[in-house]
Amino acid sequence: MDDSSRMWADAPGAVAFRTEALCKVYETGPVRVVALDNVDLTLRMGELTVLLGASGSGKSTLLNILGGLDHASSGRVWYRELELTALGDRALTRYRRDHVGFVFQFYNLVPSLTARENVRLVTDIAPDPMPAEEALGLVGLGARMDHFPAQLSGGEQQRVAIARAVAKRPGVLLCDEPTGALDSRTGVQVLEVLDRVNRETGTTTVVITHNAGIRAMAHRVLRFADGRLASEEVNATRVAPSEIVW
Amino acid sequence: MVIPRPQLRALDLKLLRDLRRLWAQVLAIAAVLGCGVAVLLMSLGMSDALDRSRAAYYEREAFAQVFARATRAPLGLAGELRAIPGVRDVEARVSRFVLLDLPGRVRPATAQVVSLPDAGPPRLNRLVLRSGRWPEPGRWDEVIVDAPFAAAQGYRPGDRFAANLGGARRELTVVGTALSPEFVYTIGPGAMMPDPSGHAVIWMPRRAAEAAFDMTGAFDDAVIALRRGADEASVIAAIDRLLAPYGATGAHGRDRQISHAFLDSEIETLRVMAWILPPVFLLITAFLVNMVMARIVALERAEIGLLKAAGYSNGAVLSHYLLLAGLIASVGIALGLTVGGVLAREMAGLYARFYNFPELIFSMSWTAWALGALAGFAAAGLGATRAALGAARLPPAVAMAPPSPPRFARGAVDRLLSAVRLPQTDMMILRSVLRWPLRAGTAVLGYALGTAILVSSSFFSDSLDGIMERAFDLSNRADVVLSFPRDLPVDVIAAVRDLPGVLQAEGHVYAAVRLSHGHLTEDATIQALPPGSDLTRMLDGTRPAAPPDAGAVLTDRLAARLGVRPGEVLRAELVGLRRDPVALRVAGLVPEVMGATAYMTLSGYDRLLGRPPKISSVAVTLRADGEAAFHRAVKAAPAVGGALLLADNRRAFESTIAQNMTVMATVYVVLGSAIAIGVAYNGARIQLSERARELASLRILGLTRWEVSWVLVGEVLLLALLAQPLGWALGYGIAALMADRFSSEFYTLPLVVEPATFAFASLVSLGASVASVMLVRRRIDRLDLVAVMKTRE
Ligand SMILES: Nc1ncnc2c1ncn2[C@@H]1O[C@H](COP(=O)(O)OP(=O)(O)OP(=O)(O)O)[C@@H](O)[C@H]1O
Ligand SMILES: [Mg+2]
Repeated sequence: MDDSSRMWADAPGAVAFRTEALCKVYETGPVRVVALDNVDLTLRMGELTVLLGASGSGKSTLLNILGGLDHASSGRVWYRELELTALGDRALTRYRRDHVGFVFQFYNLVPSLTARENVRLVTDIAPDPMPAEEALGLVGLGARMDHFPAQLSGGEQQRVAIARAVAKRPGVLLCDEPTGALDSRTGVQVLEVLDRVNRETGTTTVVITHNAGIRAMAHRVLRFADGRLASEEVNATRVAPSEIVW
Repeated sequence: MVIPRPQLRALDLKLLRDLRRLWAQVLAIAAVLGCGVAVLLMSLGMSDALDRSRAAYYEREAFAQVFARATRAPLGLAGELRAIPGVRDVEARVSRFVLLDLPGRVRPATAQVVSLPDAGPPRLNRLVLRSGRWPEPGRWDEVIVDAPFAAAQGYRPGDRFAANLGGARRELTVVGTALSPEFVYTIGPGAMMPDPSGHAVIWMPRRAAEAAFDMTGAFDDAVIALRRGADEASVIAAIDRLLAPYGATGAHGRDRQISHAFLDSEIETLRVMAWILPPVFLLITAFLVNMVMARIVALERAEIGLLKAAGYSNGAVLSHYLLLAGLIASVGIALGLTVGGVLAREMAGLYARFYNFPELIFSMSWTAWALGALAGFAAAGLGATRAALGAARLPPAVAMAPPSPPRFARGAVDRLLSAVRLPQTDMMILRSVLRWPLRAGTAVLGYALGTAILVSSSFFSDSLDGIMERAFDLSNRADVVLSFPRDLPVDVIAAVRDLPGVLQAEGHVYAAVRLSHGHLTEDATIQALPPGSDLTRMLDGTRPAAPPDAGAVLTDRLAARLGVRPGEVLRAELVGLRRDPVALRVAGLVPEVMGATAYMTLSGYDRLLGRPPKISSVAVTLRADGEAAFHRAVKAAPAVGGALLLADNRRAFESTIAQNMTVMATVYVVLGSAIAIGVAYNGARIQLSERARELASLRILGLTRWEVSWVLVGEVLLLALLAQPLGWALGYGIAALMADRFSSEFYTLPLVVEPATFAFASLVSLGASVASVMLVRRRIDRLDLVAVMKTRE
C-alpha cells in the first residue's frame, strides 16, 4: 500500500467508502435475519456522516463491516481502492491497524491500564501514531493521563476511547453510539471532541446515534430501516455540537 | 528533566497488572506447579548425586565387579583366577562373621572381619583412612574399624575391645578408622537396617586372620576386578568352575553385593518418585490454568474485541494469553526450582552422611533443571492453550457484543429437585453443578487427586507398620537368634536352653540355596522350621502357617521370578553343602515379606540332604532379669558365630523409618494441601467472579451474608465431599503402584492402607478446601453492592 493511502488528511470529496449490493444475513438455527439488504452507498473523505435508524435496522452491522470487524454475506465494499470484501482475516487485521479508529458505546477501556496506557495500546502497533499525550490533549484530558478508567467519569472514559481511536491518525473514525451511555452535557462534550477532530484533522468520521438532533452537526445523514438505506440527505449548513437540541 | 525510561508495550503492562491483580490465584497455582517441579528436581537431583558419588567412589577406590566365596580354597588358586580371560586383578581374602565383646556393652555386637594383604594396602576395594594408620604387618592385635562403628562407639585409635575369633577370645587394638566402597551400606547378618553401634567391619593383617581362623595359605573370599569390556557372565562361570571343589557358594556380580544392591534400590526408588508424583501435580496445574484462563478470557471478551478492532492480530492475542500462563508458570517454576534445588542438596547431604560416602558429588545436571522448567511450561501451556485459542479465534464483532446468558433448562433432575423443595440457595448450587458438569467433574477430580496424594503418602508408614508387624510380632518372635558357623547336631539346642536367663529355645536352619527352573535361576534362603515352631513362623499374609513335611513353600515373588506354580519341581543347589543339585517340589506359595524364601520342615530338609538332624541357629527368648547373664555366657561360648538381637534390630529399623517418615509425612501433607488449596481457592474465586452480580442481588433482596456465602461454600463442600471416595480409590491405586515399584529384593512393601489413613487424607483435603473458600468468602462480605450492579457484563 502506498504512503498516500494512510495520509492523515486526504483530498476532501474523494470517495472513502463505497458499497455495492452489500448484504449481511445471520442464520442462527431456523431463524434467518437479514441485517443488511442490498445496501449501495458512498461516503466521502473528510466528511462527518451520521447513521440513524430504529434499533435492529442494521447500523452496527454496517459499521462493523466498514471497519473490517465482520465479513459481508454478499456484495462488495471498498475503502478507497482497497476492496475489503476480498480481504482475508490477516489483511483485515492489517487494514484495521493501519486505517481505522473505533469508538464504542461502552468505551471498552482496559481497566488495568491508565488513560495514557490505554492510548498506547494502539500507538504501540500503529505505523504513524501521534504521542499518547497529544491525543489525550486533543480530547481535553491532558491532566488525567495517569488515571485508571475506574477513576474517570463515563464522559471522560469515552473521551479516552476517542483519544485512543484518533491517536493512530486513522483514515476513518467509526463511532457506534458514542454518546449512548452519557447524559446530554457529557454527550455534547464528546460530540465536540469528534467535531474538532474531524475539522482539525480531516478524518473521515461515521457516527451511529439514536439521537436525531445530532444529525444537525453532520455533513451527510443516512437513515436505515430494515437493513435498507431509507434516505440520504446532505446538510448545507452544519450546527455546532453545543447548539444541538438533545 | 526526567529521563524517559524504556517503556513496556501497553499490552505487556496489562499483562503485568493482570498478574498482580490475580496474585492470590497465581500463587495458588504456582504452589501446585512448584510442588511438582520441586519433587521432580529433588528426586532427580538426589538420585543423580547418589549415582555419581557412588560411581566416583567406586572408580577411585577400585571397587571389584565380581565377588566369590568358598569354605577354604588354597591361596595358589588366586593365580589361576587372575589368569581367567577378562580378569584384571584378584584379591584373595579371609573374611568371617564374628561376635564382639565391647567394654560397657552388655549385649554382644557382630562384626565382619576382612583380611588385609601382607604387603601394602589392598589393591581392590581400597580403604579410605579417616584417622590413625595401617596395622603393622607383624602385629597380631592391630585392626582398622569402619568409621561409622567407631563414631557410634566413640572409638579412637588406641582404644581396645575383645572379639571371639575362631573360638578364642582376643583383645584387639584400634589403630585406624576407614571407609570402604564395599561397605557404603553396612548391615549385620540377618539384620534389616544398619546399626553401626551393633555391627562393625574389622580389617586385620592377613597373618593375624590366617592364625585366628586356621586359614594359613588359604582364602574363603575373593573379590575380582574385570578388564574393560570383559564378559562378566563368562568370568563368573570360570570362577565357579575353579572354586567348585572348595565349597564355593557361586560367584556373583555387583547386583548381589549387599551394599551395592541396597544403593541401587535407593536410587531406583528416587527415580520412580520422579515419575509417579510430579505428573499428578503437573496435571492439576494444567487443569487449574485452564480453569482460570477460561474465566479470564470470558471476562475480557470486550477487551479482546477492542484489541482486534485496533488491529492486533490473532497471533498477538494468542501470545498475550499464553504469555500470561507462561508468567504464572514462571512463578511456579522459580518456586519449584529454588525449593527443589535446596531440598535436593540438603537431602543428598543427609544421604551422604547416612551412607558414609567419603565425598558427595552434588552438581545438579542442567538436564534436571531444564526438565523441571520444561515440564512446568508444558503443563501451563497445555492448560492455557484452549482458552488462548478461544480468545484468538473470537470474531471481533462477536467479542464486542455481550455474551448471551447461559441457558438453564428445566430437566428431569430439576423436577426431581423441586419435588424435594430445597432452599433456593441449595438449588443454585445444584443447578450450577448440573449446568456445568464438565467443570464440576474436573473440580471433583482435582480434589480427589489432593486426597489421593495424601493417601498414597501415608501408605508408606502403614505399609512399614505392616512390615514391622509381619517381620517381628508375627514371624520372628525371639529376643535373640544365635547362629553357628556350621550346622551342628540338635543337642546344641539343649545346651543353649541350659544357658542362664533362657526361657525358650528352638533350633532352625537358615541355608543359602540356588533354585532353578528351566533356564531361570534365583538365589534364596531356605528356612527349615521344627514342628510347632513358635519363635520363628512362616506367614501366609498375616496368618501363621506351617510348611508341609514334603516339598517347600515359596514366597510368591520368588515363585514368579522362577516361573513356577505349586506342584512343579525345582532344582535346588545347596551351596557349600552338596555338590549335585536335588529336586524340590513346590508345595505352596505365601506372600513375600522379607526377601526370597523357601520354607521347609527341619525333617524334610535333613531328608533332602540325607543326613542326621542338624540345625544352624537357635532362637531364644529370655527372662526379663536374665539378659546380662545370658549375654555374658554367649560372649564366652566358642561355637557361637553370630547373635542377632531382634529387639535392637527392631529399634534400628523403627528409628530409621521414623526419621524418614516424619520428614516425608510433612512433605506430603504440604503437597496434598497445596493441591486442595489450589483447586478450592481458584474454584471459589471463579465462582465469585461469575456470580458477583447474582450474589449481590441476593444481598440486596435481604439474604444474610452467610446465606449468600453458602452458595459458594456449599458448592465447594459438595464437590469436595463427592471427590473423597474417588480420592481414596486413586490414592489406593497410586499406593499399589508404589508398593510394586518400591519393593526390592530386601523387602516387599505390603499394600496396607489403614482406615485412619483415608480419614486423615480426607480431613486434610476438606480442611484445606474449606479454609481456602473461607478466604474467598470474606470478599462477599466486602462486596460493594452498588458497584457490582453498575458494572456491565
Ligand atoms: N450475531 C448475530 N446473530 C444473529 N442476528 C444478529 C447478530 N447480530 C445482529 N443481528 C441481527 O441483525 C439485525 C441488525 O443488527 P444491528 O446490530 O446492526 O442493529 P442496530 O441497527 O445496530 O441496532 P441498535 O440500534 O439496537 O444497536 C438485528 O435484527 C439483529 O438482531
Ligand atoms: Mg447497534
